[in-house]
Amino acid sequence: MMGQGRFAAWGVGLAALVALPFVYRDPYHLHILVLILIWSFAYTSWSMMGRFGLVSLGHGGFMGIGAYVTALLWNHAGLSPWIGIPISMAAAGALAMIVGYPCFRFRITGHYFVLVTLALSGIVLQVITATRDYTGGSLGYTPNRASGNRLLALQFDDKTTWYLIALAVWLFGIVVWHWVDRSMARYALEAISEDEDAAAAAGVDVTAEKLKITLLSAVMTALAGAIYCQYQMFITPDTVSGIAVSLQMVFAAIVGGLFVSLGPTVGAIITILLAETLRIGFGTKAVGWDNLVYGVLLVLFIIFLPKGILGSLLDRLKLQRKVPRAHEQKAVQVARPGA
Amino acid sequence: MGMQAFLDVFDIYLLEAVINGILLGGVLALLALGLNLIFGVIDVTWICYAELVMIGMYGMYFMVQYYGVSYFVAAPLTILLVAVLGAALHYLVIAPLLTAPPINQLLATGGVLFVLQSFATVAFGIDFRNLGIRLPVLAFGDMNFSYARLLSFVAALVGMVAVYLFMTRTFTGTAIRAISQDRQIMALMGVDTKRIYLITSALGGALAGLAACLLVLQYDVHPFVGLSFGPITFLICVLGGLGNFIGGFIAAFVFAEIISLGGLFSDLEWGYVLAFAFFIVMMFIRPAGLLARRR
Repeated sequence: MMGQGRFAAWGVGLAALVALPFVYRDPYHLHILVLILIWSFAYTSWSMMGRFGLVSLGHGGFMGIGAYVTALLWNHAGLSPWIGIPISMAAAGALAMIVGYPCFRFRITGHYFVLVTLALSGIVLQVITATRDYTGGSLGYTPNRASGNRLLALQFDDKTTWYLIALAVWLFGIVVWHWVDRSMARYALEAISEDEDAAAAAGVDVTAEKLKITLLSAVMTALAGAIYCQYQMFITPDTVSGIAVSLQMVFAAIVGGLFVSLGPTVGAIITILLAETLRIGFGTKAVGWDNLVYGVLLVLFIIFLPKGILGSLLDRLKLQRKVPRAHEQKAVQVARPGA
Repeated sequence: MGMQAFLDVFDIYLLEAVINGILLGGVLALLALGLNLIFGVIDVTWICYAELVMIGMYGMYFMVQYYGVSYFVAAPLTILLVAVLGAALHYLVIAPLLTAPPINQLLATGGVLFVLQSFATVAFGIDFRNLGIRLPVLAFGDMNFSYARLLSFVAALVGMVAVYLFMTRTFTGTAIRAISQDRQIMALMGVDTKRIYLITSALGGALAGLAACLLVLQYDVHPFVGLSFGPITFLICVLGGLGNFIGGFIAAFVFAEIISLGGLFSDLEWGYVLAFAFFIVMMFIRPAGLLARRR
């Protein structure tokens, strides 16, 4: 439950974010901000199921479907993204159901679940590459420039417009995150992630609960892919799909912190700024260096800071702010090394 | 008459595809064995397994093509190199995380995947490279088989038999099998689990190295080559039952046939897609793996 103060903080923060492009107009910095917002939304979508122990490495597949289905429908069928995006989201949702149902129904969890979803994103990449006559394969794909109505084609040259769209989408992701956080589903899913049998015995419909959150997460990830495609106007299988993108989502969410609403956003800020800094720092020779540093950092993070930067920071702040009462002390001590 | 001629040609192609599938199955089975070994003994999944193979392929490429080392000298060196890499991976990344949640171990190896891919990009560039060895094609009747595939199949079988003998005939192998059955008890019985884990990781690495020596004969190497056979290896291991050696072996051949026969009708990529569809169907029928006992 949000207190008065936090509401005010959110309001001021949002107002500042909305006002920003009207005050500050540097196109490069706005571009970075748009990228951060879109990827933050994708990472938030991933963390919706990731926080309940449903570690999916298949989200690169959902993102790729969102981007490619929207672009293909626009180029080949002339369907406006306003219709194409819902179709692409439905396609990603359907795929999530097809893979998710047997996984959840037959208790495929842990390693098995990760490997199945990992294969899913690999296969989506293969399909995009295999249908190169339509998708351009690994060379990438460009949605046709709109000749008529810009709004209908969801194509804008103006960075400010894109910034506001990305901000709205990102905010939508945060709102959904809080909505799930406050719903009954959260308790059900937390119970499931602790002990499936016990949750089932307590009357939780394990399969249905997992399917619902997976559907939500997959559909939102597809939206992120479609928005990314509309903004960049160029997609390749490697940038929106496949195992690398899936891993990138998991990493950013973990770096930022899985269990707080702004964690994935912080993860996106850190990882994108890091990648940009490395890219500019190394110049054109940097191909690969950013990911090298990225990968090393990730391994170090998982070993030394499994709660993520924001999560650990919040923990530290909470501990400083209030001295735990006697009956809480034990719980706090147990909670800290457990991460 | 035309129909008959069509059928004759079709059968030959079909048979050729079936046999090529069996030959592909050998290498896939080798890959699955390595991953299953690590999982069965240490209870960890190396997401970056195919990337170890990729590093091995680069090792082969540079030794043979750049330094002019003979293939048969370079192969054992590559196997050794990847074995050392496997042991290092365990020592540096997995060992500190042994008590962490399994997901963390898995993601850490995912981080290693990133590191290996980008290391290869930085060090070797993104060009496709090949050994430049073109092995002859064996004509058998109207069918053509590449020697590279035959050699890979035989070498993969020899590798698997060697692992089998090591596991059943040596003390260390017996200890490895014992640990995979009960991790806690063996430590109490005086088996040095740390040492066994390190040996197993080196062995898993060595199998990846052997696979690298064989795959480099048939495929070009580039930093992302692991992505083309990594996912299929994971599917094989899940379908066979993680940690189940025989299940993985059979599943490898089933998948190889699907890929090979699927590729007969269209591109190889569609073979992969078909294999994935088959996998989803199999999950409904046998969710605990091919060889799981019926409950």
